[in-house]
Amino acid sequence: MEKPAAIPEYPRTYPKPDKFDVVNHSREKLDGMGLVTGTRKFVADFDLPNMIHVKMLGSPHAHARIISIDTEEAMKMPGVVGIYTSKDVPRVAHTTAGQGYPEPSPYDTFMLDTKVRFIGDRVAIVAAETPEAAIAACRKIKVQYEVLPAVFSIEQAMAEGAPVIHDESDCSVPIPIHFDPKRNHCAHMETKVGDVEKGYKEADVVLEKTYHSHYAQHCPIEPHTCACYLDEDDRVVLISSTQVPFHARRITAQVLQIPIKRIRVIKPRIGGGFGTKQEVLLEDVCAFVTMKTRRPCRWELTRAEEFMSARTRHPMSVTIKMGVKKNGKITAMSMKVLSNTGAYGSHALTVMSNCGSKVLPLYKCENVEFIGDTYYTNLPVAGAYRGYGATQAAFGAEAHMDELASAIKMDALKFRAMNHIKVGETSPIFQALGEGRAGVSMVIQSCGLAECIEIGRKEIGWNEKRGKPGTGIKRRGIGMCMLMQGSSIPEIDMGSVFIKMNEDGSFNMLLGATDLGTGSDTILAQIAAETLGCDHSDMLVYSSDTDFTPFDTGAYASSTTYLSGGAVINAATKVREQILAVASMMLGEKPEQLTIENKTILGKNKKNKITFSQICKYAMYEVNQFQIGAIGSHVTHASPPPFSAHFAEVEVDIETGELKVIKYVAAVDCGTAINPQLADGQTQGGLLNGIGYATTEEYHFDKSGRMLNPSFKHYKIFGANDIPEIKTFLVPTYEPTGPYGAKSVSEICINGALPAIGNAIKDAVGVRICEGPFTAERILKAIREAGKIGKD
Amino acid sequence: MKLNITLNGAKKSLEIAPNAYLLDVLRDLAGMKSVKRGCGEGTCGACAVLIDGRLRNSCITFAAHCEGATVLTVEGIGSHEHPHILQKAFVNHGATQCGYCNPGSLLAAKALLDRNPDPTMDQVKEALDGNLCRCTGYVKRIDAVLDAAKEMKSSREEKR
Repeated sequence: MEKPAAIPEYPRTYPKPDKFDVVNHSREKLDGMGLVTGTRKFVADFDLPNMIHVKMLGSPHAHARIISIDTEEAMKMPGVVGIYTSKDVPRVAHTTAGQGYPEPSPYDTFMLDTKVRFIGDRVAIVAAETPEAAIAACRKIKVQYEVLPAVFSIEQAMAEGAPVIHDESDCSVPIPIHFDPKRNHCAHMETKVGDVEKGYKEADVVLEKTYHSHYAQHCPIEPHTCACYLDEDDRVVLISSTQVPFHARRITAQVLQIPIKRIRVIKPRIGGGFGTKQEVLLEDVCAFVTMKTRRPCRWELTRAEEFMSARTRHPMSVTIKMGVKKNGKITAMSMKVLSNTGAYGSHALTVMSNCGSKVLPLYKCENVEFIGDTYYTNLPVAGAYRGYGATQAAFGAEAHMDELASAIKMDALKFRAMNHIKVGETSPIFQALGEGRAGVSMVIQSCGLAECIEIGRKEIGWNEKRGKPGTGIKRRGIGMCMLMQGSSIPEIDMGSVFIKMNEDGSFNMLLGATDLGTGSDTILAQIAAETLGCDHSDMLVYSSDTDFTPFDTGAYASSTTYLSGGAVINAATKVREQILAVASMMLGEKPEQLTIENKTILGKNKKNKITFSQICKYAMYEVNQFQIGAIGSHVTHASPPPFSAHFAEVEVDIETGELKVIKYVAAVDCGTAINPQLADGQTQGGLLNGIGYATTEEYHFDKSGRMLNPSFKHYKIFGANDIPEIKTFLVPTYEPTGPYGAKSVSEICINGALPAIGNAIKDAVGVRICEGPFTAERILKAIREAGKIGKD
Repeated sequence: MKLNITLNGAKKSLEIAPNAYLLDVLRDLAGMKSVKRGCGEGTCGACAVLIDGRLRNSCITFAAHCEGATVLTVEGIGSHEHPHILQKAFVNHGATQCGYCNPGSLLAAKALLDRNPDPTMDQVKEALDGNLCRCTGYVKRIDAVLDAAKEMKSSREEKR
């Protein structure tokens, strides 16, 4: 059937303009002054009259059945308003993953259950007049548990006869994907291209190694926070620190079994998310408490809860096997991923499959194999985290590239340069690995890797320093890696925006897209301003509110610039056409003869002039009146990879194993940087998070599965005084499918530190460390085991 | 109990609980919402304020200990209309991303420049070390403070 006219057709490409007026300039962040003066509001800054506070009693056991809960004494505690257990709440299997619908994550989570599956899992909800009263009441709740044997590793989870973590009969998957909870097997994905065995036979060298990446937390400085109240019409209004207001609305409605129309989700300023705020973790409880008590409530996670019961990076073992000829040609690649999703399967399939889809296409190879399996354990729940599997897989792949280069005695840079994907080329993996379904095939149309490598090589001093560790106690090393990511989930994600014009020539822009601190409000305003012919400060941006802003899947999958930016162009183009139509009536010239310069319409000979303000007033008050405004949506048919090369210089003390990152260089091709300063900021912030992950950040567990270091005191994230010298470079390319040539920039930068620093350690002391983080203990152990240095 | 403080230049008399933390008093009783809770245990610096000119984490400071003190929050150093040079520098340098840690970091920077108007980069790094930021990687923030110091110096010289 032919597509009805009401169904939009989106541009597949955005032509490159001769020049940029607003885009590609470092314009001031629109909410910057409000943030530094403290006037911009975060969730906890909303004072709700008569508000009560929510606390969750967390499980002290990693795996247990709840036999009984006695709340009598707790209810008598001063200030307690209500205590709710699994008997009081609807039992609806769902996922907290905060993805599009239907989700590629299993419905294995219940608002409250009769079973607990990790330490910190939900047991009972307490609502009280103050947070302190709620905490005191939690301590008085008497819970009788039947403690069950627990599973703390993938090996234990897969073992025959292992304790079954999800033995409930009502868990399921909403889409037809592999799901075998009776074996703790949460997800499986495999794909094969070409003939891998033949490829290995053709190779001169075949290497196989397993690389382990570890638990880590996002550590947004604002913990998850949600507030709720009933409005004048008895609707449930949630103010939430969410990356996905529309998914939060849908999932809250699902869990509480109330209509979507009864819920409104407001996203104010968000204090960072990095993926953890894609999870719908607090909204169902806050909505429930407010509906039960008919009072506003707020729930703020403590830092310890953020570590233990919010979300984490999926720990993984990634086994890489590659075959290579002496001339550097890669003949076969296999990647086998074992992923630990913790107690619930949030993003279990997609993070694992992203290991393949965002890493394997980087290097040309005809014979490729990917096998991924995700298992449940009784450890903290993993979820979306910036990098999303690419972080874990790039560690292995890029360490392996160095190992192969060394095996064929080729310079690691040269080996990568000859093998990486280039403009006009494709990878069968793009088609083979999607998000819970087949992917979308794609030919690379922009790639600045060659320049990234050149910039990094010079800046780090590759030719002068590589392979020259020195002979003292402190050895220097240089390492690098190459990276790719994606830009949005093609043919799945959708973004939309509404723009309307005001009498002074300003515009309200209502965004479904969720600025969580990234600056997306600002860059989307720049894209709109470029299209309309005004300044970005003429755009009054509001994001996001499910009542007032149009739908957007949300801030994840490196999608906002590329996908929502497309929606902005599509809306702004319609508004521009309306402006030109009104101007044409006012000036008596044909619309196609008119041009726009700085909020002024110029006629054919540039003599006739009319301002945006005059046009809007005319359209509002004078003749053929209408509101100049339009809605625009966008869906992409590609997910063009940004590319990056990272370089690290390190110093390793061979007597203590102490590692110091001296210098870190990242050159990134994100297409057109819509706002170079903000793109650079994304790069610097992401790479430092990566350096923390590679060097200091890790979860320590005791034998019962309890995290021992849920505090910034013992979980070290980098402070200002810890940073190495950081140099970042934006390498401009033009991605024709992206708005004004843009690709994503936010995620790619976190993936480089583990492999680049790991490769630099190898260069410095000759040992390959296959498990992060690179602590002094691990490095010293590796040096001693290798017996290469340190004995003399 | 009564707490008498000078908050952002204005005398305040607040009725507080003896065990109340300054963070809660400032946010809930005095309406200073710029003071953020990030960890509640004195490790992240999001709640940092200046008490008699010294940088303190208000989440682990008893309000009662501040009797008679002068307390400064970001609301007191500048506004949209009259921003402090440091606030302008943070915005101009792109040192603000999510902004949650900005108020504490700005006060740390102000405390530094008040006692050392011409700091080195290492001194800036050290002064900002207690204010964790997960978004920016600190580079732009350090540049902003150095730049603000320069600007404040030149405006002082102009005044002479």
